[in-house]
Amino acid sequence: MLGRTANGLYWMFRYIERAENSARLIDAGLRMALTRSEATEGDWDGVLQSAGVRELYDEVHETLTSIDAIDFLLRDRANPSSVMSCIEAGRHNARMVRTALTRETWEATNECYLEMKAILSRKARPTDMPEIIDTIKRRAGLIRGAFHGTMLRNEIFNFSRIGTFIERADNTARILDVKYYVLLPAVAAVGSSMDNVQWESILRSVSAHRAYGWVYDAELKPSNIADFLISNGRMPRSLAYCYEKIASNLGYLEREYGERHQAHETADRTLAALRSRSITDIMDQGLHEYLEDFISQNNRLGQEISDGYRFN
Amino acid sequence: MVENKGTTPLAFDEMMNADSSPRQPYSTYHEWYASQDRNRLIAKSKDAENIFRKTGITFAVYGHADSSEKLIPFDLIPRIISGREWRKLAQGIEQRVIALNAFLDDIYHKQEIIRAGRVPRELIEKNVAFLPQMIGFRPPGGVYTHIVGTDIVRTGEDQFYVLEDNARTPSGVSYMLENRETMMQMFPELFHQNRVRPVENYPNLLRQSLASLAPPGCSGKPRVAVLTPGIYNSAYYEHAFLADMMGVELVEGSDLRVIDGKVKMRTTRGYEAIDVLYRRVDDDFLDPLTFRPESALGVPGIMDVYRAGNITIANAPGTGISDDKAIYSYMPEIVEFYTGRKPLLENVPTWRCSEPQSLKYVLEHLEELVVKEVHGSGGYGMLVGPTASKKERALFAEKLKARPTNYIAQPTLSLSTVPILVNKGIAPRHVDLRPYVLVSDKVQIIPGGLTRVALKAGSLVVNSSQGGGTKDTWVLED
Repeated sequence: MLGRTANGLYWMFRYIERAENSARLIDAGLRMALTRSEATEGDWDGVLQSAGVRELYDEVHETLTSIDAIDFLLRDRANPSSVMSCIEAGRHNARMVRTALTRETWEATNECYLEMKAILSRKARPTDMPEIIDTIKRRAGLIRGAFHGTMLRNEIFNFSRIGTFIERADNTARILDVKYYVLLPAVAAVGSSMDNVQWESILRSVSAHRAYGWVYDAELKPSNIADFLISNGRMPRSLAYCYEKIASNLGYLEREYGERHQAHETADRTLAALRSRSITDIMDQGLHEYLEDFISQNNRLGQEISDGYRFN
Repeated sequence: MVENKGTTPLAFDEMMNADSSPRQPYSTYHEWYASQDRNRLIAKSKDAENIFRKTGITFAVYGHADSSEKLIPFDLIPRIISGREWRKLAQGIEQRVIALNAFLDDIYHKQEIIRAGRVPRELIEKNVAFLPQMIGFRPPGGVYTHIVGTDIVRTGEDQFYVLEDNARTPSGVSYMLENRETMMQMFPELFHQNRVRPVENYPNLLRQSLASLAPPGCSGKPRVAVLTPGIYNSAYYEHAFLADMMGVELVEGSDLRVIDGKVKMRTTRGYEAIDVLYRRVDDDFLDPLTFRPESALGVPGIMDVYRAGNITIANAPGTGISDDKAIYSYMPEIVEFYTGRKPLLENVPTWRCSEPQSLKYVLEHLEELVVKEVHGSGGYGMLVGPTASKKERALFAEKLKARPTNYIAQPTLSLSTVPILVNKGIAPRHVDLRPYVLVSDKVQIIPGGLTRVALKAGSLVVNSSQGGGTKDTWVLED
C-alpha cells in the first residue's frame, strides 16, 4: 500500500472520530445548560477547552456566548475541529483513498458529508440542536457500520483503526484534563449538586453516563470516574481500551510486514503502564501531570507511526 | 437553422422515423417505453441522480469557484446502435487507430510522410505537441496510443464522421461503465428483452492490454499503476474508479521517485517498482527535468527511465500531436498513406485558417461554421457560428485574423438526435459518440461507448463542461 494511502486512511478516521466527539461535547454542554438553574456561559468555556479550541475561539469572537460557542463547535470552518470541518476533511481524505475503501464505506462517508453540508449550511436554531446532534451520531454510526461490515481485515483496516483510536485516546484524555480539578479528592465536596453536574457532564462527553452505573455504584465518585475513563479495558472510550486496539492493530502490521518500528515499542510500553498502574497511584502522583504526559506521548506515537510507515 | 426552437429541422433522429414509427434497432425498446408510466420514469430519473451523487460520480468544471464537484446529467433513454452499424464503425475506427500509430512512429523516426509531401514539415516540427525527446525512440511494442476515444458524429442513416481522434488521454470511460451499471440496476427487464453487448469487461481488458506492453526491463509479473494529477483534477473520479476496477495503485507524482533506474512508489513497506504507468497527466507535466520544470505533478527523471526501457508510459509522450485539429484535417491522407486504402470513416470537411484562401472563406461564412482552436478541447474557446450573437462573431473574427494558424473551421453538421426524457414526455436532442479503443498487439474496440447529449433544445454542444449530459450506449447483437 502507498504511504500516502495509509496516511489518508489514518486521517480519514481521525477526523470522523473527532467529528463525533465534537458533537458529543456539544451535547454534554447543552445538557449542562439545561440542568442548571441559572445557565452560565462559563459552561461553554469548559466545552471549548475540552475540544482544544478555546484560544482559537477568542481569535474569532469578542465575547463568549452559548450561541457563538455552539456555532463555532458545529460549523465554523475557521475551527478545524468543528463538526463540519472534520466531516469535510474526513470525506476529503476518503476521496483521496477511495480505491482502498469498499463502496459501502465510501458511500456512507459521502452521504454523511452531503447531509451534514445541507443541514449545516446555515446557523442552527437551538430547537434544531437535538436533531442535528442525532443526525451526526447516526451518520457516524453508519460509516462505522459499513466499515466494520464490509472491510477486509488487512493493513487498510489496521491503519484506519489506529487513526480512530489515536484520536479517541487524545479526546478522552483532553476531556479529563480540562476537568481534572473537579476530580481531585481535596476539592471534591462530595455530594454537592454542583459537582454532580460536572461529573455527569464528563461522563456524558464520552457517552458513558449509563455504562458507569453498570460498572460502579450508582453514586458518582471522582476516583471511579477517572478509573473508568483511564484504566477500564472494557470501556470503549477509555485510554486503556484505545491502547489495546492500537497495540493489537500495530501487532497485525508487524506480523504482516515482518517489521517492527519505534511505534511498536511506544504503544506496548504505554499499554503495559495503563494495565499496571492503579488509579489511586495516578491520582496520588497528580492527575493533571499524568494526562499532560499521556497527551504528548500519544502525539509522539502518531508521529512514530507516520515515520515507520512512510506516510509522507 | 431555427434557433432555440426544437431541433435542427432536418436532423436525423436515431429512434423515430419521419412517420413516427421506431427505427429497427429501437423497436423492442420503443415497445417497452410505450408501456411505461411517465411518472415512474421521471421518478427513476431522480433515483439515478441520487445514485450518481451518492457514489460521488462527479467532475470539476474549471473556472467555477463554488461548484468544485458537479454531476453530469444522465438521461435514461439509451442510445441504441445495431450490430450492422457497429461493424461498420468498428472497422473504420480500427483502420484509423492503426494509421495513427503508424503516423506517430513515422514522425518520430524516418518522417516518410513529410518527405512524400503529404503533410507539411512545419506543421509537425513546429507543433507544440511534437516532442523532440521522442525522436528515434520506439515505445514497448511500438504502441503509442494505448487508449483512444474516437469521437463520432452521425448525420444520416449511413453517414458517420470522425470529429476528433482523442489519442492523448481520452476521458469519460467511467461514465460508460457507470451508466450501464445504473441502467441494469434500474431496468433489468430491458436487458432481458434486448441483446445488449457487454461493456463491463473494460477494466479487465485495459489491465491486460497495459500489462502486455511491459517494458523490456520488467522481469516477472508487470506492475501497473494509474498516475493522477490528484483529487482536484476534473477527472479524479475516473482515475480512482479505473485504478479500483483494475485493482492497481492510484499514484500521484509525489508518491514516485526514480531509484536505481526504475520508477518506484513509496509504500508502507518501502519503495516498490512500477512497470507500466497509465498516466492521466499531460506530457508537459510528466517530467520536470525534461519538460516544465515547475511541475509538481510528474516524476523527475521518468523520461530517462522510459528511454532506457524500464517503464511503459501509456499513452506515449508526444502522442498529443495527433489530437491537433490541423493534423486532423490531414487524416484522410494519413490513413491512405499508411494503410494503402481509402478511409472507411469520413473526416468532417475542415478549413485550415492558416491557408489564406480558407481564412477568407471562413471569415465570410462565420455564421454557418464552427471554429475551433487547433489545440483546444472540452468545448472551450470555440465558436458555434449559427447560434453565436453578432457581437460574439465579430469578436471571434478579430481573434481569427490575429492568429489564423491557431484555428480551423468546420461546417455546422446537423448532428443526429436521440430523444431524452423531459417533463412532458420525450424530446429529440443532438448526440455524439465516443467509443473506447485499446491497442496492444491487437486493436480492441469496446462495443458501446459514451454518448454525450446536448440537453438544450437545438444545441449542438454536447461537452459536459458546457452543460451536456450522457446516455447509456447499447450495441445490439444481431
